[in-house]
Amino acid sequence: MTGLMQQFVNLFAALLLLLAFAMLAQRRILSLIHLYTLQGVVLVAATAVMGYATRQPHLYVSAGMTLALKVLLIPWLLHRVINRLNVRWDIEMLINVPTTLIAGIVLVIFAFYLAAPIADLAASIARGTLGIALACVLLSFMMMITRSKAVPQVIGFLAMENGLFFAATAATYGMPMVVELGIALDVLVGILILGVFLFQIREQFDSLDIRHLEKLKDD
Amino acid sequence: MSALGLASQALEIVAALAAAPLLLGWVGQCRAWLQNRTAPGLLQPYRVLHKLFNKDSVLAANASPLFRTAPYVIFGCMTLACGIVPTLSTDLPLSPAADAIALVGLFALARVFAALAAMDVGTAFGSLGARREMLVGFLAEPALLMVFFTAALISNSTSLTSIVRTLSAQEIGIQPSLALAAVALIMVALAENARVPVDNPATHLELTMVHEALILEYSGRHLALIEWAAALKLFAYACIGMALFAPWGVAHAQSPAALLTAAPVLVAKLAATGFLLALLETLSAKMRIFRVPEFLGMAFMLAVIAMLVRLLLGAGAQ
Repeated sequence: MTGLMQQFVNLFAALLLLLAFAMLAQRRILSLIHLYTLQGVVLVAATAVMGYATRQPHLYVSAGMTLALKVLLIPWLLHRVINRLNVRWDIEMLINVPTTLIAGIVLVIFAFYLAAPIADLAASIARGTLGIALACVLLSFMMMITRSKAVPQVIGFLAMENGLFFAATAATYGMPMVVELGIALDVLVGILILGVFLFQIREQFDSLDIRHLEKLKDD
Repeated sequence: MSALGLASQALEIVAALAAAPLLLGWVGQCRAWLQNRTAPGLLQPYRVLHKLFNKDSVLAANASPLFRTAPYVIFGCMTLACGIVPTLSTDLPLSPAADAIALVGLFALARVFAALAAMDVGTAFGSLGARREMLVGFLAEPALLMVFFTAALISNSTSLTSIVRTLSAQEIGIQPSLALAAVALIMVALAENARVPVDNPATHLELTMVHEALILEYSGRHLALIEWAAALKLFAYACIGMALFAPWGVAHAQSPAALLTAAPVLVAKLAATGFLLALLETLSAKMRIFRVPEFLGMAFMLAVIAMLVRLLLGAGAQ
């Protein structure tokens, strides 16, 4: 039974990694939001399976919270934002996707190398997946670095939080409830503030290109 | 080396030679059905081969001997490739001759000869096709190697017969690494066999063609051999996919009865693979040639992730 559960957790972990790469290579903002929603769904499934396997009811609670927040509320907010900003069909020119993907592979190897000694010590059923969670965090980091538009950067930030959440679940069967609630609230408030921020950027510069922010004063 | 081993080896090569055009015809048929067209008949590839073999071969005045030998080399490579991949039995005397890595090398050898022959006559289309073929090849080969390495990591061997033996003996479970590798292999197979997202096998439009541009100068029996080799290549890729990801039903025991039961299983699996290929081709649109590196980069990345996931999760899963 645990063997099957472990296989499921491994499968979901691999899916998360795949989705992180898909987000790295995705040009369309709308598809990015869909991918983010999908990542949330996989995260919910992974958390629920882990809760079932370890008989830890509070994991169900955090799975439910993830479902409400990351699958329903935040994607809905993002859809609203891109509709209001009228960037729904925006396509971003990325620099050389294959190079980005190869850099991503290097990051994954680095993350796996870092996580391997920790995984040897851990006893949880998801010990192998810590490396994948770390890789997801790093890949989302890279997504934020390579993007020049504001909305994809916000999505990168949210995906990074997904990775962190998965890391916490994989390593220690989730954080204490208070911490988890706090983080959920943080993310929610963060996305609201970023939403306001996006409108401000747009109002100031007539575009969502982050490069405009590099100039500190008018000249 | 037993007599039965030799027999199964011979049977496998003959089956590949005979069934490869049929697979091509089946894919064409499924494609036609899915696109609401009237299909050109299951045996059409045989008719084409028959027609081409009966025609005279026209050679350009400045064609070198390389141009004439290339079709035979390509055909030989593909036949050997079909002989190595275990489809009916894992008791193959040829299999120690080449492992999975050498198989990739065989494909590469055929590709190099095709590209050299295309440039030999000196027409613009030939060199254009050769260049594009190499563009596809240099990205597809590492991805294919990585797919093989993933399977080799699981079975601790690069020999295809022992990979099939180990994989089919394994209890059925969810293996994320194999699933990722399967997707990568499908992408590589689409690119290598000049199927729709990368190349359109049914077109002679100058701007898009890769495979057709390569063989534009060939006619008669040379063209027949090359077309047959292309069918064999598709057959070999289908068999590689089945060997790595659906290895059940291949005969292990040294008995004629096992061989007999393996044959219908093979036919069923080939039919399913052909239908899947037609479905994929119908659902996707031809992409610009400059997007191909991206497509294959994705395949390479998937294969590498498959290997890494196997390395990280493998110890825990077993």
